[in-house]
Amino acid sequence: MSQSDIRFENVSKAYGTLRVVNDLDLNIDQGEFLSLLGPSGSGKTTILMMLAGFEAPSGGTISVGGRRVDHLPPHKRNMGVVFQNYALFPHMSVAANVAFPLEMRGVARAQIEEKVNRALDMVQLGAMKDRRPAQLSGGQQQRVALARALVFEPSVVLMDEPLGALDKQLREQMQLDIRALHKRLGLTIVFVTHDQSEALTMSDRIAVFNRGRIEQIGSPREIYDRPRSRFVAEFIGETNLVEGTLTGIGEGGATVTLEGGGTIRVQPSAIRPDAGPIAGGIAGQVNGQVNGPVNGPANGPILVSVRPERIRLGTEAGSQNAYPATVADAVYHGDHLRIQLDDGAFGFIAKADRKTAEFNPGDKVVVSFAPSDCWMLPA
Amino acid sequence: MSETSFRGRLTAFALVAPLVVFLAIFFAWPLASMLKEAVSDPVGSRAFPLTADVAGDWDRQSEPPEALKQAFVDDLRAIDDQQLLGDAVRRLNSAQNGFRTLMSRTARALEEKPQGPVDLEAVDKRWSDIRFWRAVADSTNPYTDRYLLAALDYERDAGGKIAALPAEASANTAILLRTLGIGAIVTLACALIGLPYAMLAASVDGWKRQLLLGAVLLPLWTSLLVRTAAWFILLQEKGLINDTLMSLGLISGPLPLIFNRLGVVIAMTHVLLPFMVLPIYSVLLSIPRNLMPAAASLGAPPWRAFLRVLLPLSLRGVVSGSLLVFMTAIGYYITPALIGGAQDQMISSVIAFYAIGSANWGMAGALGAILLVATLALYTVYGRLSADRTGGR
Repeated sequence: MSQSDIRFENVSKAYGTLRVVNDLDLNIDQGEFLSLLGPSGSGKTTILMMLAGFEAPSGGTISVGGRRVDHLPPHKRNMGVVFQNYALFPHMSVAANVAFPLEMRGVARAQIEEKVNRALDMVQLGAMKDRRPAQLSGGQQQRVALARALVFEPSVVLMDEPLGALDKQLREQMQLDIRALHKRLGLTIVFVTHDQSEALTMSDRIAVFNRGRIEQIGSPREIYDRPRSRFVAEFIGETNLVEGTLTGIGEGGATVTLEGGGTIRVQPSAIRPDAGPIAGGIAGQVNGQVNGPVNGPANGPILVSVRPERIRLGTEAGSQNAYPATVADAVYHGDHLRIQLDDGAFGFIAKADRKTAEFNPGDKVVVSFAPSDCWMLPA
Repeated sequence: MSETSFRGRLTAFALVAPLVVFLAIFFAWPLASMLKEAVSDPVGSRAFPLTADVAGDWDRQSEPPEALKQAFVDDLRAIDDQQLLGDAVRRLNSAQNGFRTLMSRTARALEEKPQGPVDLEAVDKRWSDIRFWRAVADSTNPYTDRYLLAALDYERDAGGKIAALPAEASANTAILLRTLGIGAIVTLACALIGLPYAMLAASVDGWKRQLLLGAVLLPLWTSLLVRTAAWFILLQEKGLINDTLMSLGLISGPLPLIFNRLGVVIAMTHVLLPFMVLPIYSVLLSIPRNLMPAAASLGAPPWRAFLRVLLPLSLRGVVSGSLLVFMTAIGYYITPALIGGAQDQMISSVIAFYAIGSANWGMAGALGAILLVATLALYTVYGRLSADRTGGR
């Protein structure tokens, strides 16, 4: 086990009768960038606060590098924390803010100055060292907070929605900056966010939380392409969910019969490529470890998820998974058109490349998608 | 200016007009007239108008010129208002002893000889003494600094130089210093109690916060007189505190809690505590909640986080609270008058003595002016400090 492996074992947190975190088991590897993603109230911030030491778990243990930390006060945990609203000390200069953790550790004065300069240069704020936080822009304050959390060289850095208060452009720049720092310094970063696109951009792994439990944990690609539950599919990105009944499973894939009578073909590779041959039955492949067996035997209810950007809009009927539809609305988004379709059975949303064609409300189109672009979920 | 904006301004003025009128009648005018009382000395110039015209030509050092003497004689002959003459004699006598008899003898002499020049030195040889003429000439100046000087225990000596009053006649400086001293002690006591109290109130919420704030606000809703009377009951020799301590066997005889400095400080601290707690509390509420966790995460143990983060940030509230408490404290009158002894009276009671007891409006105005100047000076310092702070941001 490496020095900063973080391990939550059976951790729970309750306020009175309200259980915020339920029996959490989570390992975070050294050098990993893990995002805790979820809607507000899903327990993600509580988990971060327990790791930082501001909240005590109601049960279970938290250890870092094999050493239990859940009884340690925050000032002895040696983790860098970047807070939501920066939490810079308004009565101190930028340099004094960054020097604060070093002073608390009794670092010699000359060394403090050198380290502070280095940390501020790292975030390109060397010229601002004598200013007060209130004289800086939001993005600059954020970078001071980052420098302050990194200057004492913690191996673990916790970030609680650090970019929430920044405007979009600055946020995207900071995402890349933090990502670069993470790589360069080999930090373990635990990053709390409710912004799914932020989590997708930055993380090595994402843990999606819902009601105090991990719904799914995996790489951004896994989370986006192969969600394990309806919650994850809907929370990460946008998707079209179609309800149906699993009526056929074979070598060539699965068949889902829709309520209206149509069928959707789902290719085996799109069901669960890492789960072995399809012969084992879809149940064992789709359910995943978190939710247990869900879709049951054939003839059970099932959800098919198709991402909007995977949907093709054409004029002639295709071979598989093709349905006639009418364009209900087309909204220009610059790089793409977001098209609301009305096809009687289900209102699909599609994203169309701006260049391919022009769509106007009322246009008759054929909606189609490849069996490999479908993903089956427990209903 | 367009019609609508003119009407808008008119409406705005009409809305603030009651305030302006109120402030003018009940604040600006009394303040200005009391300040004027402090420096005005109109009796001489009204009683001796001709003398006043020529008094400026005399340098007060050489022999008084004949023109001055003649003008004074003419003035005395012209006065028919006995009340005014009496006031003028009293005014002159207060500047130079002996005027009372001198003036009555001179008046009699002038009655016998209602016309032409008079050899005053022959009437009374005191008229050859330059000090009497100096008093006459000085009394014709309608403005004087003697009340202000007396308020600070100074006077003008025979040569017109400012000199300290003899020790037995100088009580005002001591009382002023005592006033500032009591104000400082009360401010310190309020800060020492108020800062932890405000921190406690800001750190809890719900009914606990309401209770804590209510407890400190309650004194503000009762009359000052009632609160002071309550302290009178609590602190007296057979009062609640002494009785309780004695029945608990902690003390054998009653503690001297009333009619001394301790009682005054206790009662004033209680009465003024809200003015300390509320500014600190509001400053504490404006401190972001995550600063203390941030300090902890950066390695600061709780007491160092307190000293380096919370305390410096709450000082702004302590400064404004201290200023409020101090400025209010130095004007206190009722509490020291009821709870304190003779040695605990503050400047306000001296002002009250001059205003009510001896009708010496000049002295009352002068002492009031000095209190006002001290308060304004403090306020200016405070303004500078707070401006620096906002400018530094």
